[in-house]
Amino acid sequence: MKRKIVFALLIAGLFASNAFALSDAFKGNIYNVGKLKPVDSVLKVKVGRRAPDFTLKAVSGKKISLKDYAGKKNVVLSFVPAAWTPVCSDQWPGYNIVQELFEENSAVLLGITVDNIPTLYSWTNQMGHLWFEVLSDFWPHGAVASRYGILRSDGTAERAIMIIDKKGILRYVDVHDINERPPLESIVRQLEKLR
Amino acid sequence: MKKQVAVIITIMLILASTAFLHAATQPPQVGGTLPVMKLPNIADSKAQVLIIQIFSMYCPYCQKDAPNMNRFFSLIENNPGLKGKIKILGIGAGNTQFEVDTFKKKYKVEFPLVPDADFTIHKIVGEVRTPYFIVVKLNGSQKMEVVYSKLGGHENVEAFLAEVVQLSGIK
Repeated sequence: MKRKIVFALLIAGLFASNAFALSDAFKGNIYNVGKLKPVDSVLKVKVGRRAPDFTLKAVSGKKISLKDYAGKKNVVLSFVPAAWTPVCSDQWPGYNIVQELFEENSAVLLGITVDNIPTLYSWTNQMGHLWFEVLSDFWPHGAVASRYGILRSDGTAERAIMIIDKKGILRYVDVHDINERPPLESIVRQLEKLR
Repeated sequence: MKKQVAVIITIMLILASTAFLHAATQPPQVGGTLPVMKLPNIADSKAQVLIIQIFSMYCPYCQKDAPNMNRFFSLIENNPGLKGKIKILGIGAGNTQFEVDTFKKKYKVEFPLVPDADFTIHKIVGEVRTPYFIVVKLNGSQKMEVVYSKLGGHENVEAFLAEVVQLSGIK
C-alpha cells in the first residue's frame, strides 16, 4: 500500500503545474527544478529582534557587511534559492527597474544566493546591469542563510525577503513559497511603514 | 485510513491533471484561431487587428523592448489610415496590477496593459517566453484568426508594422 501511495504522489507531482514566465533573455539556459516543497527550513530570526550581522563578497568585488548600513539605510535582503532556475531568474530583473522605490524609502537592496561568484557573474549579466549588490553566500556554504534559518535541506536558500531598519532591527520577514515570486507591492508597502 | 488516503490521492490527481490540461502545449498557430480567453474589450467596431503582447515587468528583454513598443504605438496613432484599426493589448504574465502599473509608469506606456497574476492567459497561450507577440485578425463576429505568433521584440518597428498590415490585409 505504501508503495502505491508513493507512486501516486510521484505521478501527481509530475503533472502539477509550476507557473513562471521566463524572459527570452535567458534563452534555453534555465534548469527547470519542477515544483518544490514550499518551505524546507526552520526560521532562526524574529521580527523585532536584531538581525544577525554578516560580511559577504559581492559580484562587484566589494565586501559587504550588514553593519555598514547601520544608522544610514534600511536594508532589504532578497534571498533567492539558486542561479539559473526559473522563478529566481524572473525576480531581480524586476527590482532592477524600481531603484527609485527603494531610494524613496531610504533603502538599499542586497541580493543573496548560495552560488559562487563566477556563477552569479554569468547569471546576473543576463539580467542587464543591476544597480544593487549581489552577494555570494557560497563558502562556508550557506552560512548566512543558515544563521537566518533559511537554508534548505538541499543546500539552496529559501526565497525570502527580510527588511532591516536603520537600527539593525528586523522589521519584516517573508519566507515565501519557493515556487512563487513575492509580489513587488509587499516589499514597497513594508518599506513605506518605515518612513 | 486506507480509504481516506485513496480519496486524497484521487483528489490530488484530478487537480493535477486539471492543471495539466489547462496549459496549452504550444503557442497559438498562424492560420488557427485565437484560443478562448477572457480579455478586456479594448477593440471598437472600427478595429480590424488586435496585437497581444505577452510581457512581464520582470523580463529584461521586455524592458528593453518597451521604448520600441511605444514607438510602434505612436506610428499607428499618427497614421490616420491605421489609427483605431490596430489595437495593442499587453498582458503581464504573472504580474500583479501593481507590477503592471509599475512597468507602465516606468516606460510611459500609452496602450493598455493588464495583469495575468495567476498565469491563466499565459497557460492558454502555451507558457511562451517573453516578450511574445500574437497578431489577430478581427473578423467581426467570426472567429479571430491568428496571422502572427512569434517570440521576440522589435527594434525595427516600421518593418513590424508593415508586416502586420500585410498579414492582416487592413483596408
